[in-house]
Amino acid sequence: MDPLVRINSTAVPLPIEDIDTDQIIPARFLKAITRDGFGENLFRDWRYGKSDQPKADFVLNSDIYSGQILVAGRNFGCGSSREHAAWALHDYGFRIVISSFFADIFKGNALNNGLLPITVTDAQLDYIFQEIEKNPEHVFDVDVEAQTLTVTKDLEVKFEIDEYKKECLLKGYDDIDYLLSIDEEISRFEEKQVIY
Amino acid sequence: MNTLFDKIWDQHVVTEIKGGRQVIYIDQHYIHEVTSPQAFAGLEKRDITLRRKDKIIATADHNVPTKNQHLPISEPLSKKQVSTLMRNCEKFDVTCYGLGHEKQGIVHVIGPELGITKPGMTIVCGDSHTSTHGAFGCIAFGIGTSQVEQVMASQCLILNKPKTMRITVNGKLQRGVSSKDIVLYIISKLTAAGGTGHFIEFAGDAITDLSMEARMTVCNMSIEMGARGGMIAPDQKTWDYIKGREHAPKADKWNEALAYWKTLYTDAEAVFDTEHTFEASDISPMLTYGTNPGMGIKIDTHIPETENQKALDYMGLSTGESLIGKKVEHVFIGSCTNSRIEDLRLVAEFVKGKQKADHISAMIVPGSKAVEAQAIEEGLDKIFEAAGFELREPGCSACLGMNEDKVPAGEYCVSTSNRNFEGRQGPGARTILASPLTAAATAVAGVIVDVRKELN
Repeated sequence: MDPLVRINSTAVPLPIEDIDTDQIIPARFLKAITRDGFGENLFRDWRYGKSDQPKADFVLNSDIYSGQILVAGRNFGCGSSREHAAWALHDYGFRIVISSFFADIFKGNALNNGLLPITVTDAQLDYIFQEIEKNPEHVFDVDVEAQTLTVTKDLEVKFEIDEYKKECLLKGYDDIDYLLSIDEEISRFEEKQVIY
Repeated sequence: MNTLFDKIWDQHVVTEIKGGRQVIYIDQHYIHEVTSPQAFAGLEKRDITLRRKDKIIATADHNVPTKNQHLPISEPLSKKQVSTLMRNCEKFDVTCYGLGHEKQGIVHVIGPELGITKPGMTIVCGDSHTSTHGAFGCIAFGIGTSQVEQVMASQCLILNKPKTMRITVNGKLQRGVSSKDIVLYIISKLTAAGGTGHFIEFAGDAITDLSMEARMTVCNMSIEMGARGGMIAPDQKTWDYIKGREHAPKADKWNEALAYWKTLYTDAEAVFDTEHTFEASDISPMLTYGTNPGMGIKIDTHIPETENQKALDYMGLSTGESLIGKKVEHVFIGSCTNSRIEDLRLVAEFVKGKQKADHISAMIVPGSKAVEAQAIEEGLDKIFEAAGFELREPGCSACLGMNEDKVPAGEYCVSTSNRNFEGRQGPGARTILASPLTAAATAVAGVIVDVRKELN
C-alpha cells in the first residue's frame, strides 16, 4: 500500500447522496482477476453513454474540475462490499474522499487501500461544495499526521481516524503485516477454542 | 448482562490493539469467484499460504450462466474468472463446489443448506449479503478483498466493535405478507443508512414465528439499511433445521453443541445502543419505487414526496402515483434473498393452474443445485413450465447484472432480489423490489397487483 501523508489538491464535486458501489463500479466490470485498471470504468454509467461516448454533463468529463480529492454527498459507498469500488477510485487518481457519511464496508475497504475517507458535518460539506463552485481551482490541504482538512482560513476540520489505521496510512502498512506478526497469539487462541 | 452479539463477539477476541481495535477470530470463511482472485494473488505475492484451509468453502455463483451450465462458459472474462477460482482452490487445496457440482449454488444458500453455518460462529465472505447467515444466531458479515486475504493468511480480522441495535417486530403478519415485506418495511422506515455502524438483532414474535428460510431473508437485507449484519437468536427451529445436515455435529457432539447454543440469547437486562419496535399488523406487501432499498412503500399507498427526483426520473415514476396496475415487463424470482425451496413452493402454490401474462418474461432461479433438485422432485418444475415461468439453473443471475441475465434499459422488473440501485440489473434497468408472492401475482396479472386480493 502507498503511504498517505499529505495531499494538497483541488477537488472534484459530486453532490449526490447515497452513491452506491454499483454506481462507483458496475458489476459487469468486476470480472478482472487483478486489482489494476478499474479507474477506467469508475462511475461508468454516469460517465459514458450507451455507445461509450463521454457524457458532457458528468463531472469527471468536465475540464473545470480535477484533483486527488472527491467530495460526495451523504452515505457514500453504500451497497455491495466490492473492494473494486475503492480500487477504482484509487486507480483513477483519488486519494481522499470527503462526505458527511460513509457506509461501513466501503470505509474499511478504502482505508485498506490507502484511500482516506474524511467525514465532515452536513454544514461543512455544503460549505466545501460552495467553495469548489466559487473557485474550481481552490486547493484543499489534508494532513494525515495532524488529522486536519484545511478548507479555507475560516474552516479547518479536525477529522477522526483511529490510531492504528492512521499509522498504517502514514507508513503504508496493511493489516496482514500485523496479523502475521501475532501468529503465536492466534495459535494459542485456536488451542483453547471449542468448535462445533 | 450481555446481548447475543456481545456474547459471540467477546468469545472471538484474540487480542486488543491500540486505538481500541480488536483482533477477531473467524470460524468460517466462504469465498466465490469475484472477490477472491486478488486475495489468492496477494498470498502468492507474499509467498504465504492459507492458515486454515479447513475453514474455507468455495463456490461459483456471481458470474455463472443460468442456462446450459454443462457447456463451457461462453463469455471469455467470466470463464477466466471461474476457472481462476477452480485453479486457486486446487493449488491451495480448498474445498470448492464449482459449476456443475451437486453442491454448487449461491454462497449464502449453500452454507446453511450443508449445515456449515451454525449458531455462535463468526462467518465472513467477500459479499455484503453474508449477513444472511445471522439467521442462525451467528455473527456473519461481508468483507472486502483485502480482508478476504487477511482471513486466508491469519484466520483473523482487525475490527472495531460495532454498536448494537435491536429491531423488535411484534404481532402477527397479515395473510399474503411475508418476511421480505417485513424487511422492506423496516428499511423504508429506517432508510438505507439507518443501521450504519450497528449490528442488528431481530426479535419479537413476528420474527420468531418465521421459518429459518424466512429468517434468512430478513437478515440478508440488514446490509440494505447500512448495518454490518443482522442476527436472530437460535431456537428450536434452528436446531431442527441444522440436525442431520452434512456438517452438523453428530452424536455426543450434537448434545454438547446444543447445550452451548442454548446459551446464545440476549439477557433480559442487556442494553442495546439503539432500539426500534414495529407492529406486524402495520405491514402490507411492500414495493420499492426508487433507486435504493429505503425508497419503499406499502403496496396500497402512493409514491411520497421525495427530494430524490433523480431516482424518480430514473424509474420513470412520479410522486402521488400508485404502483398497483403498473405494467411491468419482467419478473425475477431468485437471489440470495429469495431463492430457497420455500420461496419456490410459495410461488408454485400460487401459480399452479394459472398462466403468466403474455408480455411478461418470468424467470425463476433456484439458489442451489440442491434447491433445484428438490423443486424437481416435488414437481414444481412442471407447475412453473405449465404457467409459462422459466426455471433456470442456480446462480446469482439477474440480481446484479454481472452475468448474462440482465433486464434491458428502461424496462421494469419486479424482482425478489435485494437491490434496486441504478443499473443493478443491467444498464438502465428499472427494479421494483418485492416478495416472491407479489412477484408471482404480478407475473400472472401482467401488472403489479396486491397479492392479498388474489389469495382465496
